[in-house]
Amino acid sequence: MTESQTLHQRFMKVWSNLPGWGTLAAVNHTTVGRRFMVTGAIFFLIGGLLALLIRTQLALPDQEILNPDLYSQVFTMHGTVMMFLFAIPILEGAAVYLIPKMIGARDLIFPRLSAFGYYCYLFGGIIVLSSLFMGIAPSAGWFMYTPLSSADYSPGPGSDFWLLGITFVEISSVSAGIELVVAILRSRTPGMTLSKMPILCWYILVTAFMIVFGFPPLILGSILLELERAAGMPFFDVAAGGDPILWQHLFWLFGHPEVYIIFLPAAGIVSTLLPVFTGRPIVGYRWIVMAVILTGFISFGLWAHHMFTVGIPGMAQAFFSLASMLVAIPTAIQVFAWLATLWVGRVVFSLPMLWVFGFLFVFVLGGLTGVMLALVPFNWQVHDTHFVVAHLHYVLIGGMLFPLIGGLYYWLPLISGRMSSERLGRWGFWLVFIGFNATFFLMHLTGLLGMPRRVYTFSEGVGWDGLNLLSSVGSFIIAAGVAIIIIDVVLHFRFGRKAPDNPWNADTLEWAAGMPPRMYNFASLPEIKSRHPLWDQPELMKTIPAGEHGLTQIEHGRRETFGSDPVTGKLKEVMLLPTNSWLPLIAASFLAVVCVSLLVRSYSIAVVAAVLAAIVLFRWSWENGGHPKAAPLGDKEPEEALLHSRTTDGSGLWGMVVTLLADGALYLALLFGWLYLWAVAPNWTLPEELVISLPAMALSGLFLTGATWWFAGSVKKLKRGNVARLQEEFWIVTLLGAIHLGVLIAIIVTSPLKVTETAHDAVLFVMLAFLIFHSGLSVIATALQALRVRYGYVSERLPYEPVVLKPLWLFSLAIFWCSVASFLLLPMAWGVA
Amino acid sequence: MRIRIAGVTVAATSLLISGCSGPFSTLDPAGPAARSVLPLTWTMVSVALAIFFGLILLWLYAIRRNRQDLSDEDAQRLQNKWIIGGGIVLPTVALALLLLFGAPVGHKMLPLPLDEGEAMRVDVKAYQWFWRISYPDTSIQLVDEIHIPINTPIDFHITSQDVIHSFWLPRLGGKIDAIPGHTNVLRLEADEAGEYRGLCTEYCGQGHTIMQFKVIAHSAEDFEQWLQKEGGQNND
Repeated sequence: MTESQTLHQRFMKVWSNLPGWGTLAAVNHTTVGRRFMVTGAIFFLIGGLLALLIRTQLALPDQEILNPDLYSQVFTMHGTVMMFLFAIPILEGAAVYLIPKMIGARDLIFPRLSAFGYYCYLFGGIIVLSSLFMGIAPSAGWFMYTPLSSADYSPGPGSDFWLLGITFVEISSVSAGIELVVAILRSRTPGMTLSKMPILCWYILVTAFMIVFGFPPLILGSILLELERAAGMPFFDVAAGGDPILWQHLFWLFGHPEVYIIFLPAAGIVSTLLPVFTGRPIVGYRWIVMAVILTGFISFGLWAHHMFTVGIPGMAQAFFSLASMLVAIPTAIQVFAWLATLWVGRVVFSLPMLWVFGFLFVFVLGGLTGVMLALVPFNWQVHDTHFVVAHLHYVLIGGMLFPLIGGLYYWLPLISGRMSSERLGRWGFWLVFIGFNATFFLMHLTGLLGMPRRVYTFSEGVGWDGLNLLSSVGSFIIAAGVAIIIIDVVLHFRFGRKAPDNPWNADTLEWAAGMPPRMYNFASLPEIKSRHPLWDQPELMKTIPAGEHGLTQIEHGRRETFGSDPVTGKLKEVMLLPTNSWLPLIAASFLAVVCVSLLVRSYSIAVVAAVLAAIVLFRWSWENGGHPKAAPLGDKEPEEALLHSRTTDGSGLWGMVVTLLADGALYLALLFGWLYLWAVAPNWTLPEELVISLPAMALSGLFLTGATWWFAGSVKKLKRGNVARLQEEFWIVTLLGAIHLGVLIAIIVTSPLKVTETAHDAVLFVMLAFLIFHSGLSVIATALQALRVRYGYVSERLPYEPVVLKPLWLFSLAIFWCSVASFLLLPMAWGVA
Repeated sequence: MRIRIAGVTVAATSLLISGCSGPFSTLDPAGPAARSVLPLTWTMVSVALAIFFGLILLWLYAIRRNRQDLSDEDAQRLQNKWIIGGGIVLPTVALALLLLFGAPVGHKMLPLPLDEGEAMRVDVKAYQWFWRISYPDTSIQLVDEIHIPINTPIDFHITSQDVIHSFWLPRLGGKIDAIPGHTNVLRLEADEAGEYRGLCTEYCGQGHTIMQFKVIAHSAEDFEQWLQKEGGQNND
């Protein structure tokens, strides 16, 4: 046996998934990423079948194949499945699968979170989909406009399935977003500075940040709407001082960034493939990075272009119109950078490149109609017609599906070690490409001829017959193409010829992780010298598996990877990664029980399951740091650097801060809702006098401030190595926090809030509940820290966890006083209360 | 390629047969609002197609070119040329022109005070799934049918009783949403007497498809007559 084979076997002992059913406890990014992608592909096929139903119904005028009720369920679910269960998860799955391999890491930084995210996605997806098979699917359209989706106009459980199921799925999106940010910033192989990162990592980094900021508004909106439906809190009810347009703002605050969340990773695939197939580095790397970051920012400033017909003020329309057009600039920069790359390179026109060409063709057309739609007077004409349907499919299918399939064919040899059929692949491409344009190009005209969205049929002779028939024929051509692609991919796993090493002569590290990849990716973690490691250091293909680089000790049985400086990529610490664990599956299962019991409105079961889920999650946090299942003191320490639990700046701190950014976005969305209703809702009334006792709030805040201050002080001492009274101090903080929490709970219980009568009181209730949740979390976590000090899992040499917890205290403190100021004092200053 | 050409030909033919007309066609305007958008539409379509084909041709040419003798400095210069020219200058100029010509069109459609006289007001309230029309200062109540005089700006004051709907008369002009608790104003005008069809464009439940209405535009005298007759009948 050669040395690298021995090394491989020793690594596999530590990195393998458990056998049999134990594979469900897998946390490894390769396994989890593959599961994400396969599940996403299945949802894509389901969404596609729904699309065929729609096109069948619309093929001829005056058909009754689907009745209006079923049709509304079908189009709602088509949009929902494609956006929430296919597009985002499959791209995240691809990122989860590829990113660690590209940055030379052995796994993502929070492996249990990857697995947890997957199960949330799977269970949430199954719950949402089950409604379709029971015939009670959501039917208010995929953007769920209130009041149509409210209890009065959608009395069945359909909307609840959407709100609860999709929120459940979003847990997975946000957790993957957080994890990808931290992994990209903190776990790159030594020498990989920010500017030497593969370009795809930049795209994913920006996308992940956008997920972190973009999803919370929708999560908040869903919580509010579900509270309105289930508990009668009238956030969106005009009569009680709410406003249905608030939902649209919250939805599109998420919904527009989401379009770019879907587009950017796909554009990243294009930017990755082009240099490989032209044999030259991407032209304008820095320009592209800048453009991608710019896109991320602009995408948060143009949500209202979905709402030009709502009657928002003229100035606002002008602003959003301009912003929507501006986003064309970073996109154009990328298109021309790609063009320049082709211009200077020698192009090998393989199958993935065909899909890249299809992408350019379709996406550019979609982008151009996008600019047209941003012009308000034109928008007033074609908004909510089939013109928009055509536009969004050009952007989403062109901007996402084409590059995704290109990427699939590109990375397929990596996943399977085999090559697919070039011949079948070309048939698949041309059928999809022709079918797509036949279906959707004509729809622009259908829309200009006045056909609105979401009508279940149309009458003969208004000029829409021929176009609809052709569109329907086109959709079945797409389906034939997709079928061929599936056959090709499935067959290739068995019949494909063995792929040579690095078959496309790519420049990025994932091709050195083995084909198919080894569970640990790299037996030794190399020092990177340039942006194109496999072009400039081709010996890496051999030296990595031979164990000639860093972090090769494995006899201690720990999963480890390098932690590095976010900018310079210099080695900072050794990150301990958790191994196989059942906790993610168990936690997600309890959350699924919460979700289902909320759906059937058995709240006692929901509470029990939520408590159980919380216990499992705290157990999860328990198996960290110096815990015997992690890396207790006395184990063999790594040679290269300290284990991260021995430091005060590990991945956990970064994870906490990024999580709090998402949390802060949620809070800002709530604050926005408050101010929006105040400014716009026609029947908004501030009560005669403040119903919440200010002195009580001040008292509660005083204790919170004390607890936070004390905790920060203890952490400061801990960092200096002074742990004499650490446990005692944590108990004091717990006590102070508990008093603060007790007062806060007393306030919410005793205040005469009329939560079902006025939107004003309902918002105050949510605000208080938000504070209670965070303070409660801080208090419990601190009590657990005190216990961990007693067990010796936190100590002078293990100072890591309290440092991670500190930002949570600061956040709780910040939102408390911010809430007092903006929800209680501001209205008083206005002179109303 | 041949199939695509065939597809395009079929589409073009079918379009020619059906024409750009049709009771809901935005391409067959019958009032100043819809008519002022049409040149914008055609201009944008032409420019968009020109940019599109330009890019595709450049892209195809770049693929076929296959020269790799460019030095890194040449590549750098080329990069700046392409990215600054195509990525920044081209869209900036195009967008500036678009706004220059487009913004005034939008502005003119707004229900601003007229130079002389006042626009006629018609109140529209949307229900699942019909439209209730009333004329201020009269007792006229109509369902799914609106009578207006030609060559007179009409301000439709639109709201909703239940869910969100959207009011659209494609041949007369743009649409606006009917939202419970809010009233939106849409100004439209018809050039010629006749019947114009309208529909709801915001999905509003199972009757969304059938939520259509019509506008009957009369000459000034005919409208006066109609008003007398309707008002008279209702007052009885």
